[in-house]
Amino acid sequence: MTLPFAILAVLTIAGAAAALALRNLVHCVLALTISFVGLAGLYLQLGAQFIGFAQVLVYVGAVSILVVFAILLTRTADSPTQSLVSPFWITGAVIAAVVFGVLAWTIGSSPTAHPAIPDRPEVTVKQIGDALMSRFALPLEVIGLLLTAAMLGAVTIALRERQEPK
Amino acid sequence: MTPLAHYLLIAALLFAVGLAGALTRRNSILVLIGIELMLNAANLNFIAFWRYGPAPEALTGIMFVLFSIGIAAAEAAVGLALIISIYRHYKTTNLDQIDSMRG
Repeated sequence: MTLPFAILAVLTIAGAAAALALRNLVHCVLALTISFVGLAGLYLQLGAQFIGFAQVLVYVGAVSILVVFAILLTRTADSPTQSLVSPFWITGAVIAAVVFGVLAWTIGSSPTAHPAIPDRPEVTVKQIGDALMSRFALPLEVIGLLLTAAMLGAVTIALRERQEPK
Repeated sequence: MTPLAHYLLIAALLFAVGLAGALTRRNSILVLIGIELMLNAANLNFIAFWRYGPAPEALTGIMFVLFSIGIAAAEAAVGLALIISIYRHYKTTNLDQIDSMRG
């Protein structure tokens, strides 16, 4: 385990934990952004530069801002003494711990998770573009359609409802 | 160079944190954030297996993550629109108080 990996891993996990544990929602989004930046760093470490920059662009740039807008639009005057977590939080925490335990045990015992380390693959953006335009052209079109439909749907759902005449 | 198992463990931990958040928090926006974190953990797994897999030239892992990021963005937009729409009805984003099916 190298030092940059350790730093990025701590950044990612601590950011995620803080995002789901803090009381102030805006602080939660800031912690979430830190976690996304850490993930982008991990992608860069793995040699996937394009994915790392897409992560920064989409998650750090767009999704975080979207969440901030949603938080500001849904401000409520909740009393600060109100509990943050649902009454059944112990069940949820136990389920999460069990899931992590099973995953960690599987990773530790499976030979698939311990391969020899191959050479660093050279992947340029040109190669990715070529693949997107040839082999993955149909999925690219489909995801364009999906994004258009999702944006139209989001606008339609969030539009203010018309007052019905009584 | 870091072995594959460390990346997988980080992804598993991130998934567990996201799952715990999605199951325990009361604010619906934070539940959505937990789901986003779980999606990101899956993406990290894809990239790690692509890097340590037998044929990285085929770019399959990278492509899967690209499309997965696109779908996650669409999901976030629709999810937040739904939360805003629900907020208009109930004047709250607390999941425990959103408990009736009447329009």
